[in-house]
Order: sequence, then C-alpha cells, then structure tokens
Amino acid sequence: MSAAISIKLKLTRPGFTLSAEMDIADSGITAVFGPSGAGKTTLLRAIAGLEHGTGSISVAGERWQDEHVFLPAYQRSAGYVMQESSLFDHLNVRENLEYGYKRAKAPHRLIEFSAVVELLALQNLLDRRPARLSGGEQKRTAIGRALLRNPSLLLLDEPLASLDTRHKRELMPFLERLKNELNVPILYVSHLPDEVARLADNLVLMDRGNVLATGPINEVLTRFDLPVAHDVDAGAVVNTSPGEYDAQNDLTPLQIEAGTLWVTGRLAGGSSARVRILARDVSLTLEKQSGTSILNIVPVTVIETSAEGTAGMLVKLDMGGTTILARVTKKSASALEIRPGKSLYAQIKAVALLGP
Amino acid sequence: MLTGDDFTALWLTLRLALITTLILLLIGTPLGWWLARTRSPARAVVDAIVTLPLILPPTVLGFYLLIALGPRGPIGKLMLAIGGQPLAFTFAGLVIGSIIYSLPFVVRPLQDAFSNIGRRPLEVAATLGASPADRFLTVALPLARPGYITATVLGFAHTLGEFGVVLMIGGNIPGATQVLSISIYDHVETLQYGRAHLLSGILLGISFLLLLSVYALNRHLRVVKA
Repeated sequence: MSAAISIKLKLTRPGFTLSAEMDIADSGITAVFGPSGAGKTTLLRAIAGLEHGTGSISVAGERWQDEHVFLPAYQRSAGYVMQESSLFDHLNVRENLEYGYKRAKAPHRLIEFSAVVELLALQNLLDRRPARLSGGEQKRTAIGRALLRNPSLLLLDEPLASLDTRHKRELMPFLERLKNELNVPILYVSHLPDEVARLADNLVLMDRGNVLATGPINEVLTRFDLPVAHDVDAGAVVNTSPGEYDAQNDLTPLQIEAGTLWVTGRLAGGSSARVRILARDVSLTLEKQSGTSILNIVPVTVIETSAEGTAGMLVKLDMGGTTILARVTKKSASALEIRPGKSLYAQIKAVALLGP
Repeated sequence: MLTGDDFTALWLTLRLALITTLILLLIGTPLGWWLARTRSPARAVVDAIVTLPLILPPTVLGFYLLIALGPRGPIGKLMLAIGGQPLAFTFAGLVIGSIIYSLPFVVRPLQDAFSNIGRRPLEVAATLGASPADRFLTVALPLARPGYITATVLGFAHTLGEFGVVLMIGGNIPGATQVLSISIYDHVETLQYGRAHLLSGILLGISFLLLLSVYALNRHLRVVKA
C-alpha cells in the first residue's frame, strides 16, 4: 500500500477522543469500518477541515495540516459527500454540480463535467430541483458535485445508509464505476459488512475513536488478533476471474489460483468477480471427496489455528495464495491432525457473489 | 378629499418607511447573522436589547431619544460639535427613532432565516471550495430570501404605523416631521372625521396589501421549492 495519503489526528470532544493514525493508498477504495460511535464521521470531518483536531494530514504531496499549518476546508481539495442529503435547495441539479466545478482550480480539472454527468447518469435530472429527486438521485448528484470539485481524495460517509433496498441496489453499480473508472482515492465510511466486503480494497477498522487495524481487506478480515475474525459472520473476501457460463446447469465458474469455484446463475459481466466465503461454510477433509454434493472443493494448506470457546477451532488456510478461514470443532481438528503446514481439502458449501 | 397637507404627510410617511427599512436591512444583515451563529455570552444581552422596542411603550423610547438627540443630549452635543444641528424635531431624528422602533421587526426574521439554514449547507459550500464571503453570498443569502421578504415588509409596515415615538421626538411639523398617523390624530382632535376616515383607510389598505404580499410570496417560494 503506497502511502500517498498520511493521516495522524487527535481530537477531543466531551466524552470522546479520536486518535487516528493511518496511511491510505492513492487509488481504490479504503473502507473505514466500525460500529456507530467509533468516530468514523468525526474522522472524515477532521480530514475535510470541518473539525479542528491536532496532528498532521498530507494528501498527494500537499500539506493540509501540521503543527504550523491548518488549511481551512475551502482550501483542501477534498470531495466530501455527507451522510445526510446536502444539496443546495435553491439551485437545480446542474447548478449544484457546477458549484464546486467553477471553484476548482482550472489547471487541475482532471474530471470533465460531461464525463461526470454520464458516469452517474444525471443527464435527465439536470434541470430538476433537489426536492424533486429520489434519495438515490440526490446521492448521485452529491457525489457528482464532490467529484467535479476535482478532489485529491473523495470522502464518502455512508452513501447507502439513508436509502431503501431498491435505491441501494440502484446506487451500488455507480459506486463500483467510481472505483474502477476514476483515479481518485476514496475513503468510504460504513458500518455494514456486506457493503465493505463488496467495495473495499483496503480496510481501516475503528472502534471508540481508535484505529484497530489497517491493511488490504482480506488480510485484515482474517487476522486472528482482531474481533472481526471471531464474529459469527467471519469470512474471507476473494477476487476471482469468471469463466464461460454453463447454461445447462445455470452455473458460472470462477477461476482462482487453486482451482475453480462455481456459483449459480449468470454474471452481469466484467473481467473480475468478488466472492465472500464465510468461515462457517468451509469444512475440511484429508482427501478430496468424490461422493459429495458439494461442488467447490479446493486444496489448501493450514497457516495457523486459534481455539474458539470450549469446543471450536478457527483455522486460517492458504488457498493458492489467498487466505480463507474455516470454523471446525476441536474434536475434528485433532482427528484430522490440523497443524500449520498440513495439506487438506476445503469443501465450500456456499460462495456469496459480491459483484464485480 | 385629500388636501396638500395630507399628501405631504403621506409622502413623508412613505419616505420615512422606505429609508428606515433600507438602513435596517443593512444593519439587520450582520446583526441577524451574528445572533444566529454566535455562541458568545454577549448574545443574551444583544437579544434582549433587540427585542426591547417590541415591549417598551413608544413614549418611553421617544422620551429617551428626545433627551439624547436634543441640544443637551450626548448625540445632540456631538452634532453641535461637528457643526451640525441637534436632531430632535428633524426628519433625520425621525429616521433614527424609527430605526430603533422597528429594529426587532427586521432583525428577528433575518435571524430566524439564518438559523433555519443550519450549518450544513455552509459546510458543504466550504468543502466545495467557497471562501466565507463566497458562502455567505451564494448560499446563506439566497436561502434566507423568505426571511428578507418578511423583514422588508414588516419593517416597512411597522414604520408606517409609528405614532408615539414620532410624537415625542418629531413633534408635528408639516413637511418635516408630520407623518400620516399624526395627521389622523390631528383630524380627530379637530373633529374632521371625514379626512381621518380617508387617511386611516389609506393606511389600513397599504398595511393589509403589504402583509398579503408577504404571505403570498412566501407561499409561492415554498411551492416553487417543492
């Protein structure tokens, strides 16, 4: 992870202290994940310059803040999309989009107005007032407005939180396009594991104002020393390349280093697909089973183990270079003689597709 | 019918209301903005002072102004020192009295309009690269428009109906300080009920039309927004 963005912040409010130190990659989505009250929004506001904390922030070679400097919000090239609707009521969609665009320093305009309108499908909304937009359309406009500011860092605060399921589904592909088509690093605040698993490349785990861990998403999700790996829904996130759709069985093969995973249905397209494999859906065998209904069986090597409660055992496995987790009983673990370095087969009962 | 004196009084009243309202909008903008956003403990004091003309009898206000503006009052002395005239019994004195008398009617609507905007639109404008002055002009002012309409009309209408303060500091000099409400009082005193009726009707009509326009305009703005 290249550290184009480096943040060291301390901020005290009555009953709450934010103490955050992190380096953020200069591309892709870094998710800030944690329960409510963890300080995620305060962190974004402090980065944007709306809260006055102490410490240092540097983004793409620019010093936004240190012991001597505190750039006010309007001099920081951060695109900030707040959780609540924040469009200007007195301006229509076009004027809202232009607000930041006009004020962006011209030579730095890397993103063109028409490109943003097209990317976020805003063509038919330009003359409308914010009050006449759906929640999803308002969010898209707010994201477009922030992008047209030409930010060196895009801050998204729970962009899906205030939307119902239908509008969430409608907005998700746009967020994926942002990530894939633009070269702007995104700091994405969320408290929903599914959203994070689907979108994030890197993860910042926060709790009660502190950063617990930072790193590539799968590395953080499978770390034994963090609570996420011990959650009921603990699991790994795996990137795959989809193969030819098998129409006869309505299945699509997903190629990974160690073999093939099958998922039901046909994929919308794209050269990559991301899946989530939960620890409780993975069982282990010594030999490759033939008489089984389970389709997804791949060779794995044990990396390490960790006892869970009185009867359980969490096993970290290397699956052709990708780490996954398996949850077994202590009894099975000793029967299979599970220990680091042991070669086994993982039977994966369910593979959840997370989108491209 | 209206006599020349009545026309003079009507014209003077409208001029007074117009000048007073314009000056009040200039004073009320920074004052309302400050009151809406400050966390300073001085706010309570300023709030109380701004509201005072609303409850104080106009004669009390007029009495103090008379003393202050007269040749032996602090403002009167100042005027004399810089080679001017004391302001009591002059049109300028009336303007000063009216500004104080109508202050809450302009400052309050502006203050409410600015507080209703909240911090968020201004923070958003800041993250989009707008400097404080830019944010005020392009976000705060347009969003406070209904407040400006209300403030303008209330300030104007309230000044039109002023009586007590004018009586105390302006007296009753035709063409200089004789406003409509004082003419009406004069006509009643001299039992000219017909002329009192006519002027009262004009004042009632203007005031009603002004208020009607505020409510219609603000309703229209709300409808357009939705």
